[in-house]
This record gives sequence, structure tokens and C-alpha cells, in this order.
Amino acid sequence: MSAAHTEAHDHHDHRPSGIMRWLTTTNHKDIGTMYLIFSLTMFFVGGIMALAIRAELFQPGLQVVNPELFNSLTTLHALIMIFGAIMPGFVGFANWLIPMMIGAPDMALPRMNNWSFWILPFAFALLLGSLFTVGGGPASGWTLYAPLSVQGGAGVDMTILSIHMMGISSVLGAINIIVTIMNMRAPGMNLMKMPLFVWTWLITAFLLIAAMPVLAGAVTMLLTDRHFGTAFFDPAGGGDPVLFQHIFWFFGHPEVYILILPAFGIISQIVPTFSRKPLFGYDSMVFATAGIAFLSFIVWAHHMFTVGMPLAGELFFMYATMLIAVPTGVKVFNWVATMWRGSITLETPMLFALAVVFLFTIGGLSGLMLAIVPADFQYHDTYFVVAHFHYVLFSGSIMAMMGATYYWLPKWTGRMYSEGLGKTHFWLTTIFFNVTFFPQHFLGLAGMPRRIPDYSVQFTEFNIISSIGAFGLGLAQLLFVYIIIQAVRGKNEKATAQVWEGADGLEWTVDSPPPYHTFETPPTVK
Amino acid sequence: MSASNGDYFLPDPSPWPLVASVGLFTLAGGFVMLVNEVNMAPWVMLAGGLIIAFMMFGWFGIVVLESEAGKYNAHVDVSFRMGMLWFIFSEVMFFGGFFGALFYLRNLSIPWLAETDILWMGYEGGWPTAGPMGAELIAADTPISSPSQFSTIGAWGIPVWNTLILLSSSVTVTIAHWELKKNNRLGLIVWLAITVLLGFLFLYLQGFEYAHAYADLGLTLGTGVYGATFFMLTGFHGFHVTIGAIILLVILIRCIRGHFKPDHHFGFEAAAWYWHFVDTVWVGLFIFVYVV
Repeated sequence: MSAAHTEAHDHHDHRPSGIMRWLTTTNHKDIGTMYLIFSLTMFFVGGIMALAIRAELFQPGLQVVNPELFNSLTTLHALIMIFGAIMPGFVGFANWLIPMMIGAPDMALPRMNNWSFWILPFAFALLLGSLFTVGGGPASGWTLYAPLSVQGGAGVDMTILSIHMMGISSVLGAINIIVTIMNMRAPGMNLMKMPLFVWTWLITAFLLIAAMPVLAGAVTMLLTDRHFGTAFFDPAGGGDPVLFQHIFWFFGHPEVYILILPAFGIISQIVPTFSRKPLFGYDSMVFATAGIAFLSFIVWAHHMFTVGMPLAGELFFMYATMLIAVPTGVKVFNWVATMWRGSITLETPMLFALAVVFLFTIGGLSGLMLAIVPADFQYHDTYFVVAHFHYVLFSGSIMAMMGATYYWLPKWTGRMYSEGLGKTHFWLTTIFFNVTFFPQHFLGLAGMPRRIPDYSVQFTEFNIISSIGAFGLGLAQLLFVYIIIQAVRGKNEKATAQVWEGADGLEWTVDSPPPYHTFETPPTVK
Repeated sequence: MSASNGDYFLPDPSPWPLVASVGLFTLAGGFVMLVNEVNMAPWVMLAGGLIIAFMMFGWFGIVVLESEAGKYNAHVDVSFRMGMLWFIFSEVMFFGGFFGALFYLRNLSIPWLAETDILWMGYEGGWPTAGPMGAELIAADTPISSPSQFSTIGAWGIPVWNTLILLSSSVTVTIAHWELKKNNRLGLIVWLAITVLLGFLFLYLQGFEYAHAYADLGLTLGTGVYGATFFMLTGFHGFHVTIGAIILLVILIRCIRGHFKPDHHFGFEAAAWYWHFVDTVWVGLFIFVYVV
């Protein structure tokens, strides 16, 4: 793909200028950019809520927020981080990268692509608006368990409707991604030649289409229980509150792989580049991803071991959950084997990738501990669970996205980021992340319950450490924004098309920044 | 124009997705107001519905024009087909959630509640049920004095007729498709019109059945989990039949106006697929809600 060839096509681009470009765009790069900016914005909104929570927990007693608001903050922090920061973030990367990686001119269904994005700001306006209603925001935790979520005022209804909107957005986005991957690949780009990021997104998109409608059904039942007299979750009418938990987690467990599989894909792109070796065990990576996706549908009840299931159920879900360690272990092994005897350099993306491999594995191992039924009876709803899922979601998904930002930012903006600042951001993030969340393992093992604004005095020291870490972690992210703005404004040195010496893939064959429409004539892949 | 890049059609920037989002937001906000008894709620919902209807005319209108202008080649056609199939799969999962709730309640949680007195002393269980004391099944014309008094709708009255109607409509829409492929326009229009009529006949009978359930049988949305699962499953199905019938009606109008060619008619096929989908869901409903 020569530069002259792509530039010739640029003259054909008719697009409105100013705000109308962004409101009406059908271009995958524009839409990807909007997704990423939205994700970063929501990351800060959810982050401020997390800091309010940590401020309250800095010492025992009630001092910063009242308990009702505290409950709303834990609920909204989770909903915003999951549905507002991580999922749109990964969709942003998918939009930018998948067409470039498979040699497509754009996403398969560009107008629907725009709609998938533009639902989100409205959905989150509805969700955040719930804070300003009488009765406040949703206070049941993001899991919205009945009967807690059957109580509450209009804020809960706004949450339910906003979840419906997010679901529409996710399903449409996922359909677009699957169709793009299955129908838009360049000649020669057969399935087993696709970059692993594309593979993980293909499987993630399948999980989204299978799981999100089930959540829509669950919250619909909640809505009718609240307002239309149904008794799905009310034993007085023959219902069962545990039914909600089953339906919710049938969505919820595939959901956690929706949140991590694209991160696995990102790590599988970054590690080979900076090890200057092809990915070890490509085929096994693909099968491991598919295996994780399959298992995600038969392990949901490990989130609810303590509700009083029959023993056979507990054992089945325990063993099925432990099986997940096998394909996940294959992945971790393959990343380490890729680095083995590689010519490794430690640029910022690679630092983030290494941290993810190491810290995600800690989260995976604490997950194995939680999978053991009798042990889970002890850990359930304690800070150990909070520590576990922040190790997989922050040092898994979020830090993978940070690494990915450094990795592809030069390609997108045409400018290198500041390596010194990037490394500073990495070390601040990694250190403060561990300061925040590692002590929470101890708090949980000692019995501190989650989602409570007050605690017994013996938990004070670890909570102080955790809160200090949280504020450090939050402040460090301002540096991240500064670094991105610096690169976008074009103050740094120009990036080459190749950007990274060891990078391999179609996106590195086009200019940095790439032309508005990338592969109008499909490249041929050997 | 970027109307045709390479061989794959890429649309120009479009205002319709944003209009759709505004409409959806207005409708959702209006709905929240409605269930919280805000006076202006119906007007807000009406506004949202009108915006969405306006969007559909605009957006789908462009799609129809582009399609008739021959901008969608075989490559684009494959994208549409895959997209529609995955959309139907998402709908299957939506209904799967409600079927799962039905199976869980009926076969697991209610027997568990009845088995032990630890959770609820004297819980009777059984199916159908409206609560702890089970159902007092009554004859159709008995006066109803308590919420647990109701009777269910037998499978072999209207429901079996509705099953035959929907299954027949799946056959007629397939015959219409064959006629389209043979380029027999009259046959296409007649068989498709019959399909649409069968769809609306199904909806009329379903509405009649609902009125009967509420007026005479004591069976309502609030009749415990039996009423909840019955009305939510059949209600969402009926809603999907309504959408499907409207889609087929639009396709019928397009056929009358001369749209679609024997070798290029994705819009027709997508509507037919959707119709087969609601038909299949109904068979599941007939078996698990009415018969078993």
C-alpha cells in the first residue's frame, strides 16, 4: 500500500465539518475516536466516585457521604466502569483497529456503527440523572439483586432503562464486529491468519450477543415486578429472589470475559512486537479463547455459592470454574514462552503488557481460591472479592487498554508519545494500583464486608493504605490525559509507518496517521 | 462522493442514528415518568415514539432508495444477511431468559419451597400457582374472590388454532418467496397478503384471549408467577408478532410498488426469517406454556 495511492483517494472524502462531522459520521476511525474519548471520560467519572468511596473508608465511622449515597456510589462506580469505561473502550479499539488489521475499507455496517456509539451518551445521561431524583440513584449494587432493587424510587427505573439502552448499543456493536470480521477480510486473510486481537473480539462479540439480551430480560422482569404486579422475584406470588441472581449471572459471567478477552488480544499483539518474535502457540491461543468463552456459560452460579444451592450444583459449578484455569493458563504460558529468548525492549506498551501478565495472574489465582466452595463461604461479599476483581479488571482490562493506547497512539496521531512520561505514568499506576488493592486481600480475609460505609476499627490501617493508594492512582491518570493530549496536538517527533521495529500486521503498512479510508482496494495477504 | 469505495458500498454521513438515539432517550425517559406517575409522561412517550417513527421513515427510506438504485452488491448483501441472523440470535437469547425463568420456577424453586417448611411454613407449591397456597382453579363463570382463584387457558381452544394460523403463515410466506424467485408478481403479492392477514388474525385472537383471561378467568399479570410467566412470554411474543406483521406489511407495499427482483430481495428474506423466528418461538410457547 503506497502512500501516494492512499492520498489519491483522500480527495473523495466528503464530510461535514465541526460538530456535524462527529454527530453524523459513518467512518470507523471517527467512531473509534469517539468511543475512546467517551470511555476515558467515563473512566474519570467512575474514578471520582471510587475516590469518594475511598475517602469515606479512610477511617472508621461516617464522615464524607451518607450511607444511602455511599450505596449509590458503589453501584454507579461499577456500572460506569463496566458499561461506560471498559466496554466502550474496547469497542473503540475494535473500531479503529479491526478494519485496518483485516484489510477492510471500514466496518461492514457504518450507519449502525454510528448508532451504537450515539446511544451511549444518552444512556449514561439517564443513568447519571438518577442521582438527582427523589430517592437518589440505584443503591442495590451493580448486580441489582432483588428484592433490594424492587425497592427504591425513580432512580432504579432510570437505571433499568439505561441498561436497556446500553444493551441495544452493545448488541448492535457486536453484530457489526462479527459481520465485519466474517465478511470484510482482505483476500488471503483467512481466519487462522487474523491477528489475535481480531480473534478475541470475534469471540467477545459472540458473548455480547448471547449475554446482553439475557440481562435485558432480567431487568425487564425487575421492572414488571416493580410496577406491573408480577411476582417473578417474590415468594408471596410463587417467585424466588434467587431466580434474579441466576438470570443475572447467566449474563454476568460471560460479561466478565467480555471485559477481559479483548485485553488478552491486546497483550497478544504487544508482547510479540517487543520480544521481536512471533506469538508462541497462535493456534492454542485461538482455541483457549474459544474454550474460555464456552466455559463462561456454565459457571455462573459460582457467584452465588452461599444462596443455598443443592450440593450437586455447588460441586458442578466449582469444578467447571476451576476448568477455566486451563485455557487461561495456556495463554499465560504462551505469553511467557513468546518472551523466552526474545530480544526484549521495555517501551511503555511492553511495560504495561508485562504488568498485565503478572498482575492479572494474581487476580486469576485469587479467582481460583474463590472457586472453592467451602473457601468461598468465607470470602463471599468480603473485600477479598473486591481485591480479586480489581486485579482482573484494573490490572487486566484497564491496564491492557493503557498499554494499547501507547502502542497504537503513534499510528493514530502520527506522533510519538513522550517515552519518559509514559514510563512515569506506568510506574505510578502500577505502584499505586498495588498499594490500593493488595491490602484489600488482607481486609477480606480478616472479614471486612464489601459495600458498607463503616467498618470495625481493627481494619483501619489497611484501609488508610488503600485510600492513599487510590488517590495516588487517580492523580496519576491526569498524567495519562496530558500524554495523550501532547501526542494528539502534534508537539512530539513524527512516527513512521512501522512505528515499532518488531511490529507485524497490516495496520503498520499504512501511514501514521492512516488515511481517512484505509484499504479502499483490499491488500493481498500472503 | 464516497458512495462506492472499491466494491463495497460505504454510506455518506447520516443524521438518522442520532435522531434514533434522541427518540430512544425520549421514549425511555417518558416510560420512567409513566411508571412513576408523572402527569406529562404520555406526551413525552408520544414525542419519543413520533421521533422514532420519523427516524424509521427517514433511515429505512434511504436504505430502500439505495437498494433500488443497485448500490448493494453481493458483498454488501452478505453483510446484511449475517447481521440479520445475529440479530435474530440475540432475540432468541432474550426469549431464552424468560423460558429459563419459567423452567426454574416451575421445576426447581417452587418444589423446593414446598418441600421444606424452613423457608415458608405450609407452602403448597404445584403448578399453576399464584402463591403459597397454590391455585384454586375455578370454572370460567365463577365470581372471583381472591387472587389465588383463577383458571388457565386450555391449549386446545384458541391456542391450537393460533398455532395452526402461525404455522400456515410460515408456509404462505415461503410460497410468496418461491413466487418472487419465479418473478410471478401476482402470486407474490397474493401469498404475502395472505401471510399478513394470518398474522393480524393471530393478533386479534390473542387479544381476544387476553380479554377473556382478564374478564372471566381471573388470570392477570398479577396472578402470581403463573400469570407473570404466561403474560410476559406470550406478551413479548405477541409484541414481536406485531413488529413482524408490520414489517411484512411494509414489504407487501414495496412488492405492490414493484420493488425486489428475483435475484435481489434481501429485505423480503429478512422479513421472512423474522417471521419464521416468531413462529418457532410460538411453537415453544405452545408446548411449554399451554400444553405441558
